Amino acid sequence: MPHLPTIYRLGVKELWSLVRDPIMLVLIVYTFTVSIYIAATAMKETLNKAPIAIVDEDRSPLSERIGATFYPPHFLPPAMIPLSAMDAGLDDGNFTFILDIPPNFQRDVLAGKSPAMQLNVDATRMSQAFSGSSYVQQMAIGEVTEFVQHYRGTRPLPVELVMRTRFNPNLEQSWFGALMELINNVTMLSIVLTGAALIREREHGTIEHLLVMPVTPAEIMLAKIGAMGFVVLLAAGLALAGVVQGVLGVPVEGSVTLFLAGTAVHLFATSSMAIFMATLARSMPQFGMLAMLVLLPLQLLSGNATPRESMPILVQRVMLLAPTTHFVSLGQAVLFRGAGFSVVWPQFLTLAAIGASFFAISLSRFRKTITQMV
Amino acid sequence: MSAAPSSSAVVATLKNVSLKYGKTQALAAVTLDIPAGCIVGLIGPDGVGKSSLLALLAGARAVQQGLVHALGGNMADKAHRERACTHIAYMPQGLGKNLYPTLSVEENLQFFGRLFGHRATERRKRIDQLTRSTGLTPFLSRSAGKLSGGMKQKLGLCCALIHDPDLLILDEPTTGVDPLARVQFWDLIQGIRNARPGMSVIVATAYMDEAQRFDWLVVMDAGKVLATGPPAQLLAQTHSNSLEAAFIALLPEAQRRGYHEVRIPPLPDDTHPEIAIEAKRLTKRFGDFVAVDQVSFRIRRGEIFGFIGSNGCGKSTTMKMLTGLLPADEGQAALLGQPVNASDIATRRRVGYMSQSFSLYSELTVRQNLVLHARLFTVPKAEIPTRVAEMLERFGLVDVVDVLPDNLPLGIRQRLSLAVAMVHRPELLILDEPTSGVDPMARDHIWQLMIDLARNDKVTVFISTHFMNEAARCDRISLMNAGKVLVTDVPNELVRKRQTATLEEAFISYLKETDVPLPQPAPPAAATSPQQPPPPPYRRIRFNPGRAWSYSLRETLELKHDPVRATMALLGTAILMFVFGYGISLDVENLSYAVLDRDQKSLSHDYALHLSGSRYFIEHPPLVDYADLDRRMRSGELSLAVEIPPDFSRDAARGNPVQVGAWVDGAMPRRAETVRGYVQGMHQGWLLDAATRRLGRNAGAGPATIETRFRYNPDVKSLPAMVPAVIPMLLLMIPAMLAALSVVREKELGSIINLYVTPVTRSEFLLGKQLPYVVLAMFNFALMTLLAVTVFHVPIKGSLLALTVAALFFVLFSTGFGLLASTFTRSQIAAMFVTVIGTMIPAIQFAGMLNPVSSLEGVGAWIGRIYPASYFLAISRGVFNKALGFASLQDDFWPLLLSVPVILVLSIVLLKKQET
Repeated sequence: MPHLPTIYRLGVKELWSLVRDPIMLVLIVYTFTVSIYIAATAMKETLNKAPIAIVDEDRSPLSERIGATFYPPHFLPPAMIPLSAMDAGLDDGNFTFILDIPPNFQRDVLAGKSPAMQLNVDATRMSQAFSGSSYVQQMAIGEVTEFVQHYRGTRPLPVELVMRTRFNPNLEQSWFGALMELINNVTMLSIVLTGAALIREREHGTIEHLLVMPVTPAEIMLAKIGAMGFVVLLAAGLALAGVVQGVLGVPVEGSVTLFLAGTAVHLFATSSMAIFMATLARSMPQFGMLAMLVLLPLQLLSGNATPRESMPILVQRVMLLAPTTHFVSLGQAVLFRGAGFSVVWPQFLTLAAIGASFFAISLSRFRKTITQMV
Repeated sequence: MSAAPSSSAVVATLKNVSLKYGKTQALAAVTLDIPAGCIVGLIGPDGVGKSSLLALLAGARAVQQGLVHALGGNMADKAHRERACTHIAYMPQGLGKNLYPTLSVEENLQFFGRLFGHRATERRKRIDQLTRSTGLTPFLSRSAGKLSGGMKQKLGLCCALIHDPDLLILDEPTTGVDPLARVQFWDLIQGIRNARPGMSVIVATAYMDEAQRFDWLVVMDAGKVLATGPPAQLLAQTHSNSLEAAFIALLPEAQRRGYHEVRIPPLPDDTHPEIAIEAKRLTKRFGDFVAVDQVSFRIRRGEIFGFIGSNGCGKSTTMKMLTGLLPADEGQAALLGQPVNASDIATRRRVGYMSQSFSLYSELTVRQNLVLHARLFTVPKAEIPTRVAEMLERFGLVDVVDVLPDNLPLGIRQRLSLAVAMVHRPELLILDEPTSGVDPMARDHIWQLMIDLARNDKVTVFISTHFMNEAARCDRISLMNAGKVLVTDVPNELVRKRQTATLEEAFISYLKETDVPLPQPAPPAAATSPQQPPPPPYRRIRFNPGRAWSYSLRETLELKHDPVRATMALLGTAILMFVFGYGISLDVENLSYAVLDRDQKSLSHDYALHLSGSRYFIEHPPLVDYADLDRRMRSGELSLAVEIPPDFSRDAARGNPVQVGAWVDGAMPRRAETVRGYVQGMHQGWLLDAATRRLGRNAGAGPATIETRFRYNPDVKSLPAMVPAVIPMLLLMIPAMLAALSVVREKELGSIINLYVTPVTRSEFLLGKQLPYVVLAMFNFALMTLLAVTVFHVPIKGSLLALTVAALFFVLFSTGFGLLASTFTRSQIAAMFVTVIGTMIPAIQFAGMLNPVSSLEGVGAWIGRIYPASYFLAISRGVFNKALGFASLQDDFWPLLLSVPVILVLSIVLLKKQET
């Protein structure tokens, strides 16, 4: 049975080692303040300042109206270019979208011939290209429709679609960016801190020293998880209140306490995972490589860079083993959608189970790997 | 060299030299002339500034105050230091501190040889001579980390001697080295001095018997020089018959107070002794190597039992088996009547253990270390302050109570370790070389303490030592060799049995009986013989490729000896490429939605059906009411909820305005944006459909259409878009992480000292280290490109050459970034952290992977514009997707090219060439 005072003592010792490394402290503060702020403010809207050009071969009032629908912040002011400059503009990456309005466009529209515009999209621009192209289409077609209705005086359609966006009515990207950065940093910090702290103790022989004392491996592990978890949780709490809600003014729909409780469980899972990784690596350079290889998928495939449902089934299944997947869904549910515990308890349970499994495996490997190192 | 004639007899001079570490005064206005061409010994208690003085002389530490002259020039002058360090060899304190543990003996020597510019044949000759005379020849292929302490020191000496230094500076070279190896070590030095009488040697030592043999001694205390002169003169001056006594007599009155010769009351006879430690046929194997072979002994309660033997004979391994740290392969052991069991907490409380290497927390102060251990051993809280105070007092730690262990000299750290092992008043002490590196007076003090504990409190002491005078104080000793116990008896009895004068001779005579070959004493022909060419004349070169190359080779060897790391780097990138290539999809599809149909007529069903026909949406069970809608949206189950109002069909048929409600989950803005687009499109489609059906004719395709052409990736597949983006990301992060730990690791483990004291410059050091990682990263690049073309079928449409050249620049940057991260950090954790923050976040968010840099704002946009990954990403996409070459991409090449010198110069500037 782990002895609580022992865990506490060892945990305090972990905190001292952080305090004595000022660069680490600066970095922790940086990740939970500046880094979140930069990430949140880098993209104001989903489609932000998209570079667009228009090849206006019609030069009619309608084509001018279409050109005028694209303005900041969604788009940079459109550049009017000749047809001949189109390929170079895309090749050099000056434009993501080039809308070509054919000659006699207005005339054909009014004649009911339903003419076609051509939208060229630089598909290498990934998310901007894909989400932006449908936006450009809607804007352009909407403009044409309005023009036609105005011209003909036709009455509006009988069935109207009323669109309401819940949880982030104006789709402000900074809300999403700030919280995802927070979630990413919580994960990164807990893995790097906990795992590296264990490797360092092994490299300096201090773990060996602990193991001859009345201290069990479980206590050593719990102390590390507890101390690092405490630091990260504290930093996350302050960042949420100070930077996310304060400076950035992101409204948090749900209970901050519930989110922090979820963060605590997530930290248990990630730091147990880090300890497991530290029992695999035999030196700090190895651990560094391993951390990179693990952190990248955790960040990119957990559903906070691209939606989970769009990933291949296999990737979705595998990523169910990763704590971040559940933490991202928990964080989104609680912070944005105001979900309560009755909604997110499965995530709590899964995170706890993942943490417990990593913890159990690490515990069984602990003594063996420590003595191998010596 | 511009040596003034008057300085010919003096190798180094110090004038009013003071040195401070924070508030601690290490040296206080030291003025000293050190004679040339002889062995000069530095003696004095621990922590009086011996090591600081040597570090200043070697140029390892920056001069703060005063004048330090060595080899005829000022050591504060950079030009002289560069010139002088080719003639100085420095061996820092600690076993094998300047060696590279993963490299073999041969590789270590080759590295140092190259560093000093010797050619291959010359290196071979010197290495052969040096290893032959030190008995290291059979171990050339063994890695330095696996050598015994004595062998490590011999190797350290060989590495120091490889360039024929004029001044050899040794900081406690024989601490922790067994007597036999010590004799050989000094024979070796003597041999070299015979061959090169001009060489000066300066040694700090804790062994008075060694000091006795030196030509000239400096006695130091509290940062000051107390006395200088030949040993005989010091003896005469103090009217002492041994140097040990002379040393104590020279100390100020205050320190001598309380000192008395160690007295040992006899161990009371006991017919039925209680057994504290019992070992029965203990055996431990590491692979084929038998470290401990059938060792048995019994130690009575209250007995002081000594373990004597050469380095690497299995003493420490035996002790570790007794503590439960290492499981025994065969045999049993019992402590205090309990069989040794790794999970037996109760017994551990009664045992104190001190390991050979310092293993306390360097981030906790002396007091914090003591308090932590007291608490972990559950000393009652009320007792802790007095217990800690008592330990501080007993072990002479009162003055350093708030100092971090890293700032303490070896001897004081040893005392702290011992204090920690005793803080919980154990009944049994297992001490692995507790007194090595501790000054003679403190050693006697510690022994008196242990004797008192044993005799008065019946504490059992199991101790290993290299000091024969300490061995003689034990009640019984075991002589160990090659994993076996040769003999166990009372020390006097051993001397009597072998009929020798001293215990040391008895020990050596036992060793000679074994069939283990002893290293032959050094032949006098040492490293240099007359026909050897003189060392190449010194020319000041800004960048010496040879020295940089020696670091490249060393780094390569380290990579080679750690294949797991290189494999992870290569295999890892391949795996990640698969994961991201297939895992990150740009399409938003399979969106979950549900309908709240409050009309339930055929037209409303039709509307819902229209929705379910879309390939983008997956229908979930219908919604029951608003509460259901709310709950399921909050849980994230639904990205979209559609509400069809009551009387939808009736009103629509009558032409009354009807509103269909759509709720979109805005938690992920990009997804929400896409959902909105899809829903709107679908609604329009349904209207057209409905109109067509109602009017019975085609209502037309709308006023106009848009044909969207996705350029460079017409099928809108993820892979062709992702692969060119993943390559820069992985080529940034993996090489940066590989390089990041290379410098800071040397700082943490001590071998950075070679940068301080050898002629290698900062640029040679860094660029040399960078090269292997650049090669590895380029290999990585080749692998990824090959995978892209063959496995992912993403063809290279543009110029492969342009891509390769860009990759080379980029890799120079990314490894440079790793080096930068490790130049200004102090711990490996911090360097790793800086690398992760400095690569992963900008690469994923600001380099234009998902959104182009031009669409970013604020600091993010600024980062994106200066970060080279943005430009390499543009080039990678240009070549892979857009079929471009050098000409069209030159705007992206220039910033990339510029980043290389910027990052490298920054790293070089931030790296320190001396400890400050």
